[in-house]
Amino acid sequence: MKVKSALLMLVFTIVTVLTGCEPLMVLDPKGPQANRQAHDIMLSIGIMSFIVIVVFAILIYVLIKYRASKASPDYEPPHIEGNKWVEMICVGIPIIIVAYFSFVSVQSNYIVEAKPQVYKDKEPLVIYASSSDWKWHFSYPEENIETVNYLYIPTNRPIEFKLYSYGPITSFWIPQLGGQKYAMSDMVTTLHLAADKPGEMMGRNANFSGKGFAENMFNVTATTEKDFDKWVKDVKKTAKPLTEKKFNELLKPGHLGQMTFTGTHLGFSPAPEHHHSGSSKHEEGHTGNSQMDMDMSEHQNHK
Amino acid sequence: MEFFQRFAIPNPSLAIYASMVAIGLTVIAIIAGLTYFKKWGYLWREWLTTVDHKRIGIMYLISALIMLFRGGVDAIMMRAQLAVPDNKLLDAQHYNEIFTTHGVVMVMFMAMPFIFAFMNYVVPLQIGARDVAFPRLNALSFWLFFFGAMLFNLSFVIGGSPDAGWTSYFPLAGNDFSESVGTNYYMLAIQISGLGSLMTGINMITTIIKMRAPGMTLMKMPMFTWATLVTNLIMVTVFPVLTVALAMGTMDRLFGTHFFATTNGGMDMLWANLFWVWGHPEVYILILPAFGIYSEIISTFAGRNLYGYKSMVASMVVISALSCMVWAHHFFTMGQGALSNSFFSITTMMISVPTGVKIFNWLFTLWKGKIRFTVPMLYSIGFIPLFVIGGVTGVMLAMSAADYQYHNTMFLVAHFHNTIIPGVVFAMLAGLTFYWPKMFGFMLNERIGKWAFWFLSIGFCLAFFPMYITGLDGQARRMYTYSEATGFGPLNMVSFVGAGVMAIAFALIVYNVYYSVRYSPRNIGADPWDARSLEWATHTPVPEYNFAIEPQVASSQAFWDSKKKGHELFPGKLEKIHMPNNSGVPFIMSAIFFVWGFSMVFSLWIPAIISVIAIFACMAHRSFEKDHGHYISVKEIEETETKLRGAN
Repeated sequence: MKVKSALLMLVFTIVTVLTGCEPLMVLDPKGPQANRQAHDIMLSIGIMSFIVIVVFAILIYVLIKYRASKASPDYEPPHIEGNKWVEMICVGIPIIIVAYFSFVSVQSNYIVEAKPQVYKDKEPLVIYASSSDWKWHFSYPEENIETVNYLYIPTNRPIEFKLYSYGPITSFWIPQLGGQKYAMSDMVTTLHLAADKPGEMMGRNANFSGKGFAENMFNVTATTEKDFDKWVKDVKKTAKPLTEKKFNELLKPGHLGQMTFTGTHLGFSPAPEHHHSGSSKHEEGHTGNSQMDMDMSEHQNHK
Repeated sequence: MEFFQRFAIPNPSLAIYASMVAIGLTVIAIIAGLTYFKKWGYLWREWLTTVDHKRIGIMYLISALIMLFRGGVDAIMMRAQLAVPDNKLLDAQHYNEIFTTHGVVMVMFMAMPFIFAFMNYVVPLQIGARDVAFPRLNALSFWLFFFGAMLFNLSFVIGGSPDAGWTSYFPLAGNDFSESVGTNYYMLAIQISGLGSLMTGINMITTIIKMRAPGMTLMKMPMFTWATLVTNLIMVTVFPVLTVALAMGTMDRLFGTHFFATTNGGMDMLWANLFWVWGHPEVYILILPAFGIYSEIISTFAGRNLYGYKSMVASMVVISALSCMVWAHHFFTMGQGALSNSFFSITTMMISVPTGVKIFNWLFTLWKGKIRFTVPMLYSIGFIPLFVIGGVTGVMLAMSAADYQYHNTMFLVAHFHNTIIPGVVFAMLAGLTFYWPKMFGFMLNERIGKWAFWFLSIGFCLAFFPMYITGLDGQARRMYTYSEATGFGPLNMVSFVGAGVMAIAFALIVYNVYYSVRYSPRNIGADPWDARSLEWATHTPVPEYNFAIEPQVASSQAFWDSKKKGHELFPGKLEKIHMPNNSGVPFIMSAIFFVWGFSMVFSLWIPAIISVIAIFACMAHRSFEKDHGHYISVKEIEETETKLRGAN
């Protein structure tokens, strides 16, 4: 174990030094899921470097030893069919490595696809993250608020993102919290993340979705649970409600700044959770959020 | 006037107008040249109507090189746009069109014809056959590919290029989100050339199964022939999936069906699944023939038989089987759950085992050899370390949990270029240099070739290794620009420089052709590399009938046996040879396919229906045609043989 971690540290240092001072985003995790993924990445870089070095060493050796300019003019290379034992080693060692990686990979799959282990006693915060060309809408059903293009999350609490799309397939990605997952129009996918420490992070759509794709980013702020509750209270006090008409306006292709609303779009435009086909999205409309008035102004979040 | 508006370019720019003028002038120059030198008849008789596998191979080769140039220009423009942050060289729309066409052109219209070129030229010679099993079908394959490629490239100047990525994921590629006709071009052009690929698959399998020289059992076939056989089996298995997917996509776009739409029960990820059921085996369709070429070259220039022949064959068969079981690793992030991801993660990693066997076998082939560092050998040796790096990053990507972080980033882009360029492109350039003397009767200059190799290798490392780092730093692929604050700038500049160095390498290769045409000696004999398999046993240039007498084979390196062990290669005596006749039907039929595709792109139904009728008419004509080929008499063969012996 000691050798392995020493090797990991070594590789990590080399990668960091090679790329300047700042650590690479994916290798600078701020949550348990990203942590696991960074661990897998460093582990595989370590073992794979070893394989690369072995192949390089054999190649350089044979090239130097058996080059024609060094051999005597009448040297005739022998006819060698192959050797059972050599070939078994060439199959055996890769199989052992692949078996080990498979083990790690399967284990990690179940870890990143579940509620983060360290916070397993805590109730997750559910956030619906939906994309439209080329922005992100974040609905907090429990808090009954919605934001556009920015995300506030509490630290030390599991977060369950429910992802879907109002258009092309997009991919919800906050590199420092964990890997990405697709958002699609005909189903809802679930991504489990959590943040360990307060801080600002970059989030974006990683899957190409047309003209406005490059700018399809959002800001993530992780704060303590106390600050998060305070933010929710502030929003409820200052933000204007989200109406269906306003929401449909937001869906139009383009870029918007950051926005904040009370209420969510889940009432009149629910997530495609229960039925597979995307037929007639509005049949369940106008049930929730009837308490909202038609005030169209919005609270522009200052940045 | 309204009728003509549909042909306009939706997002014109100066570069596109300039290209239109350039294309127009080139076409006029070609027509004028052919007319002035009275070469129309020559062109028609010797090339457009030919059914000779060697000429078809050469036409594939020329097409591939032209498409390599086009795809390369796209690549340079992309790297130039990303070289500095907030660059204004290209806007989002043009950048999207460029990376889409770069991908399609490089995979479908560069790499595919390149491997077809070698399959066509080399395989019949390697197995001692006079042609492929269905020579006229072979011509049809080529012309379908050619007109498919032309149709795709036409999108640049008429109607607008596709812009939904080479993977063309729906719903983005649907009418709601891609309004221009660009994606119609994508669907129909790939469909037409894909039909050609499927026919090639059938043709090559039949040729290899039925037409091997006496004595050549399956386990005595040269490795490139084995690679071709396995490749074509994959092709016949998976190309129908692409055909169906493209047909469904075409119907979604033209006839209002909802297979992949966001409404009325359409399924978002159905396209992605179908596409990759074809798309993943497709990368093995490209890499296995490349492995075959490396096997031939490494064994030739190590002066040794290929180490572990049986395990080489077995590993290819295992790779081909596994390649059809890994497609979902292209979207681990779809949300299919841990169990499904675990399955595809493990099958993907398993591919590294047979691939590793091949790498070690090549290393052991060099062992105790007598290694000559010629240009083809340099590419083959450069391939091993670079491809190993690409391979191990592939294993990293196969770890599905970690893939959530690699997916859609420059890390992935670095990985697949790291396998395709040293894997496929190096192999094609190695094969080009290796088989050039057989094809054209003179060698390419070694000195210039070595310079090109070093420029290409160093340029490759500069261009693609930085992407591994920017990918891990959060640079998503397909972004047309990024802000300075991201810090991606310096490494992207390095990539741009690398792309420039690779462009110099390509220029050197072109210059090498020019230089060698002018200055290379022509008296090189039939076997300039001291090679081992049958294609070197016949004359250079290869006569129409390939071998005057059918060769007798006793091992996988029959020609080597005849040189070193006194194996008698041609024990029989001259007999008249039956050869197929030329035919203009494949060319005409493919041209009609082109008209059909173009009409479909622009929803011009009347010409589309007329073309379909004409296509069936061509097939009917073939059914009723009585064409039994012709014989080459013994006297003619004797004359040709004497002449060729004199030439050498």
